[in-house]
Amino acid sequence: MDAEKEVKTITREPETFQMNYIGKPLRRVEGLEKAMGKAKYVDDLKMEGMLYAKPVFSRHAHAIVKSIDTSEAENYPGIVCIVTSKDIPGENELGEVVHDYPMLVAPGDKTRFEGDMVAIVVARTLEAAKKGAELVRVDYEVLKPVLSIDEALKDDVHVHEPSNVKHFHRVRKGDIAAGFAQSDYIFENTFEVGYQEHAYLEPQGMVAVPDIDGGITVYGSMQCPYYVQSAVARVLGFELSRVRIIQTETGGGFGGKEDVPSYIAAPAALCAYLTGKPVKLVLSREEDLRMTSKRHPIRVWLKVGVKKDGTLMAVEAKVWGDMGAHGTLSPIVLWRSNIHAAGSYRVDNVKVDVWGVYTNKVPTGAFRGFGSPQVFFAFESMMDEIASKLGVDRLEFRRKNALSPGDATVTGQILDESTGAIETLEQAEKLSDWSNLLKRVEDFNQKNRLRKKGVGIAHIHYGVSLGAMGNPLDASGAFVQIHKDGRVGVHIGGTEIGQGMKTAMAAIAAETLGQKIEMIKVYQPDTSYVPDSGPTVASRTTLFSGNAVRKACEVLRKRMVETFADFMKVEPSKVKVTNGKFSCPVGEMTFGEVAAMCDRNNVPLSETGWFASPRLSWDPGKGYGDAYLTYAFATQIVVVEVDLITGAVKVEEVYTSHDVGRAINRDAVIGQIQGGFVQGMGYALMEFIKYDEHGRMMTENFNTYIIPTIHETPRFRIGLVEKPFELGPYGAKGIGEPSLIPTPAAVANAVSHAIGKRVKRLPIIPEYLLSLITQREAEVV
Amino acid sequence: MKIRFTLNGERLEMDVREDQRVLDLLREELGLTGTKEGCGEGECGACTIIVDGRAVNSCLMLAPELDGRDVITIEGLSKDDEPDPIQKAFVDAGAVQCGFCTPGFVMSTKALLMKNPRPSREEIYKALEGNLCRCTGYVKILEAVENLITKEG
Repeated sequence: MDAEKEVKTITREPETFQMNYIGKPLRRVEGLEKAMGKAKYVDDLKMEGMLYAKPVFSRHAHAIVKSIDTSEAENYPGIVCIVTSKDIPGENELGEVVHDYPMLVAPGDKTRFEGDMVAIVVARTLEAAKKGAELVRVDYEVLKPVLSIDEALKDDVHVHEPSNVKHFHRVRKGDIAAGFAQSDYIFENTFEVGYQEHAYLEPQGMVAVPDIDGGITVYGSMQCPYYVQSAVARVLGFELSRVRIIQTETGGGFGGKEDVPSYIAAPAALCAYLTGKPVKLVLSREEDLRMTSKRHPIRVWLKVGVKKDGTLMAVEAKVWGDMGAHGTLSPIVLWRSNIHAAGSYRVDNVKVDVWGVYTNKVPTGAFRGFGSPQVFFAFESMMDEIASKLGVDRLEFRRKNALSPGDATVTGQILDESTGAIETLEQAEKLSDWSNLLKRVEDFNQKNRLRKKGVGIAHIHYGVSLGAMGNPLDASGAFVQIHKDGRVGVHIGGTEIGQGMKTAMAAIAAETLGQKIEMIKVYQPDTSYVPDSGPTVASRTTLFSGNAVRKACEVLRKRMVETFADFMKVEPSKVKVTNGKFSCPVGEMTFGEVAAMCDRNNVPLSETGWFASPRLSWDPGKGYGDAYLTYAFATQIVVVEVDLITGAVKVEEVYTSHDVGRAINRDAVIGQIQGGFVQGMGYALMEFIKYDEHGRMMTENFNTYIIPTIHETPRFRIGLVEKPFELGPYGAKGIGEPSLIPTPAAVANAVSHAIGKRVKRLPIIPEYLLSLITQREAEVV
Repeated sequence: MKIRFTLNGERLEMDVREDQRVLDLLREELGLTGTKEGCGEGECGACTIIVDGRAVNSCLMLAPELDGRDVITIEGLSKDDEPDPIQKAFVDAGAVQCGFCTPGFVMSTKALLMKNPRPSREEIYKALEGNLCRCTGYVKILEAVENLITKEG
């Protein structure tokens, strides 16, 4: 596990200037507060007169609400009020991209999954609120639920009108029929991938407060304060200027706190508005699992044509994603599936179609990788299958088809200089000592009959930031203020969710201003300071907020340099600022002294920064064009050991290489890679959401939904490829999601290698694995 | 009912409800919010505290059971704002990401090291197996604990 000592780097360009912070291992700026238990998460907030809210969830996956009787609950001691749809002053409508999610289901309307809210109980204590929620009587007419992609495709019972099935996206490139005609071999397969729960350790929650500005301020656990602001304003019928959102320290997100916090903040804000009191609404773990989004279950059908020499000729893909009961973010999640479904290689003929289907289950949404880990599992499984049929080395086969600068992606986008695909393949090959590794595993397998090892490999690309579909959201702001004591306050619109945003922003501000990092304070995001900066998703925060901070700091530095130069009577070009000190040939001053001088001379020491994505040329009708600003690349090799008797799989070794553009905080990048891997490994092997035949989730806490513990952690050797991206702050791209994306594919390929049978389904739970070994696939549930 | 116990070195006498969880007593009555609730059923370890030298899930313990016990919470590890070496080691190793699980891991580590200052890797695994972390993949957590042992040895 000594990953730290194993980190290797390929840096393409020599350092042109010496940096104090960028690229160094940095101590997390808010780390001690967290380790000492002082950091404030939403459930740690307590306010004078605060009330507690508990939702009344639907008891049925699919039912018409006939009536709601609140009389018994109202009479229970401690109950303040019971809120139903008729109490909503604005629109009873949630859903971040698709607006088909009622906040509170009205009598006469349908509940579409067990996590739909029918009412909210507000009480003086949490106990009373819970009791009250049990006493609300709802009369339902139960309908047949739609519980699988197959049932949804039949389209005889509708979750939403007019149909359960929506065609969302396409890719068209070249001539698919000609591509297959020119192929020597054609491969076809169908793959199925299940749900994944984010399992952030902090359950979701909000505290809404009627504020001193005559509006509502909402504090809470979230990734996207501006989504929350819009949702609260819509439900209350408020102007955006009367809704202020402040993110509390957030105990993990992984995409699960992208849109869902809006669906918790809106009811909390409504209760605060109706009662005039602060209201806390925090979900229990069970409520969180039942109600909040998951990774999409996806079915992928793939057809791949290849020449005898291993050249990829044509790829056709059909993708169906289970959206659950409400559309929410599905169109954009599945857009990423669309762009990545045909793999990460040069291929001239491509056809991809993507559908979303409604079911009466939990709405699926954003999750680290955003619709791409599922399709990469399918594609990279095919790559291994093809290599094995052609009798060529799997790594070599990938290298032959991998993308280089100047090549076109599957959507016809010409790649820029920051394309380290081949470097990641070569680095992973070296880190793993590939050919010896294969021999070592073969030796082990010859000596052992009941335990088999396998080696898996996966190679991926990942579009950094929101891409063409999210272009209107892809801009971020920053507000930087230097106080007269030299301390620096940084406000941004992106959020710290554990990924290290605050430290990265502090490093960028410190590097750009020439101040010491410990003098930089990065505040909790507050929508009243910084204009809408889009969501903290898509591995875009370092790139977008980082650039905004850098721009603001460049202006401030220039002003301070000019003030100092003026005072010293030298040319500004003679001034150096580094590590909290201004110096020139005739003298020096501390950063704080220069700040105080600027303050006395009325030199403004606050500034805003703004960074917007260039417009991309994607054509959704044709399914062709530039899909993303730039791409990150990764290659991952894993070694597993399979117990053929129990079906248990242990991941033992991981060799992973990531092209990150530039590592801003080396320590945080390594932490992301390790954490992303273990989360992806859980998805591949053990994490399993199960529903009963009525559409009730059976796996609603950590005793039944099993995630990796410290025992499952493998040994890592990690490599970074740094091919700077010209628009990135100091060349950075992003790492949050690429850390996880190759893992399900690499683990599945390793298991397939170990057992000599193709894994076509995730998670690879022991029952499935054993059925593969004994060839009883038809019996698998 | 009335109970007497020691909390972070201070002797307390309190009236508690018989069905009250220790977690709620700490967080709601005593304002000690460093102890976190992640699952409410003893699976995640975010609410770990030390009772008579043993790591305990405070969501599974009732307040009356504290009578006569010696309790340490995350707030009790730092003296006058000076962090415990374990807390520093976690930050230095990069073992803190979102931080929600961190107090629980720190307390489990503390309980381990109080009993066994030089644990083996297997003993560390055993002591931390009841704590879930979703951010780090546990690699840097293990490094933090092992660095601490090397330093002290």
